Amino acid sequence: MRKVAVVGVGETRFSGAQEKTEVELFAEAAMDALNESSLKPKDIQALFLGNVLGDFAEGQGMVQAFAAENIGALNIPASRYEGACASASMAIRDAFMWVASGFYDIVLAGGVERAATMGTPLATRTFAMFSDARYEYPSGITFPAVFAMLAHLYSKKYGIPLKKLKEQMAAVSVQSYKYGMFNPKAHLRKEVTMDKVLNSFMVSSPLQLHDCCPFSDGASVIVLVSEEKAKKLTNKPVYITGVGQSSSGPLSNQQEYLPRLRAREISAKQAYDMAGLTPKDIDICELHDCFSIASLIAAESLGFFEFGKAGEAWERGEAGLGGKVAINLSGGLKAKGHPIGATGAGQVYEIVKQFRGEVEPERQAEGAKIGMTDTLGGDAGTLCNLILQRGW
Amino acid sequence: MEYKLTFKEYSEALKKNKVLGLKCQECGWINVPPKMACYKCASPNLDVVEMSGKGKIQTFTTAFVTSEGREDEVPYIIVLVELDEGPWIMGNLTDVDPNEATMELIDKRVKIGHKVFPGDKYSAGEGARPLFSLET
Ligand SMILES: [Zn+2]
Repeated sequence: MRKVAVVGVGETRFSGAQEKTEVELFAEAAMDALNESSLKPKDIQALFLGNVLGDFAEGQGMVQAFAAENIGALNIPASRYEGACASASMAIRDAFMWVASGFYDIVLAGGVERAATMGTPLATRTFAMFSDARYEYPSGITFPAVFAMLAHLYSKKYGIPLKKLKEQMAAVSVQSYKYGMFNPKAHLRKEVTMDKVLNSFMVSSPLQLHDCCPFSDGASVIVLVSEEKAKKLTNKPVYITGVGQSSSGPLSNQQEYLPRLRAREISAKQAYDMAGLTPKDIDICELHDCFSIASLIAAESLGFFEFGKAGEAWERGEAGLGGKVAINLSGGLKAKGHPIGATGAGQVYEIVKQFRGEVEPERQAEGAKIGMTDTLGGDAGTLCNLILQRGW
Repeated sequence: MEYKLTFKEYSEALKKNKVLGLKCQECGWINVPPKMACYKCASPNLDVVEMSGKGKIQTFTTAFVTSEGREDEVPYIIVLVELDEGPWIMGNLTDVDPNEATMELIDKRVKIGHKVFPGDKYSAGEGARPLFSLET
């Protein structure tokens, strides 16, 4: 296998409902990524694009073909990836494997979504499609309801009274808003206090509005190339040194393992083993905080904190700048936003910008060399992890 | 290889308050909902069995926000129930005020009933779901 580097990244602002089409959003992010890489559209050999709900959001299926043509990457093979909220990370992992194998030298990977454009009722309906449609949707399952049930399980399993757990969860949201406020790409840029989190309206008990990420529009794209090409294109390559992916069946069949998500633990182990690293080595991590409780579950399964202890870590500042591992300096899904087909690429975008020292000083991790992404689709139906390392 | 217990058959049985599962000939696990192969050991050698329909609540939530087309249903309680035979299944809970649902519900014993989701334009028709009530 060859080494594979990220040599360029591009991203639109993540936002609420807006009027650009998916192809337009993708094209803007893609051209920014190409320009950074000193490459032209005709240099691209293949496109790997995450997109989940374009069919519902704007009646556009097979968006990858139109996106490729639109940016001048004419007639290249273009493939769409759908793993719910983990789609872009799946796309990047596959793109990585094709370059690592030697089949391609230069590819584009990323994603685009207009989740906000759909509006809350349709977005809630379509997001529920990532739960089991026949055996679980009839019960009225929603995405917040899945994590709400995991929150109650977490409280019970680790013996943390719900009131205490809610404060810990609120600390997660407060931190994400704090970093997101300084991120010009972020969907929600405002300070939100603990009081405000705990007094926001109930979405699905015990999750309140500020425990939940927003539906966002946006696109994020990266350029992946072989090591040989990378050396010619940039003196700041970011290498992908570990990848993992796993899947699971319906939520109810994950039963006694819950609130842990086994797919994450399998996927993360693949990534760590491949990179020859352990959780202690990770400086910065962008993890899948679709809900505040999801951050606790993720940070524990990635090995950063003991099971049942992540909430305390957030409260003590161990999950932020200057802590054990700096988590979601972008603002995470909570504040940066969650255009689901693009989210995983957005996480890689953030890690690359952090390595290069190109983010705002208020949220810049000094000297970070090793980063990790964690992207979850559905109720752990799809889980992807990537480990990235600074190449200079 | 023919599917041993289809969604249609499972749903029709549930309409009679019967929960059907597939017992694995290899490891003995009972698979609910039905699969082609056992979700514990991956064996495809499975026999249809009927569950007691009793179990205990493992977790719950009250949904206040829901999907397009189901707005009239909120608030409602969703539960994950561990059936006495082992498998967990998702359903709703009746006879408890959704606004008053607390962690006290966890470990409470429940028995099966059902309610039919009539379907929407995306769902390929109706589907029965478990509607549990507290055992008294
Ligand atoms: Zn078995």
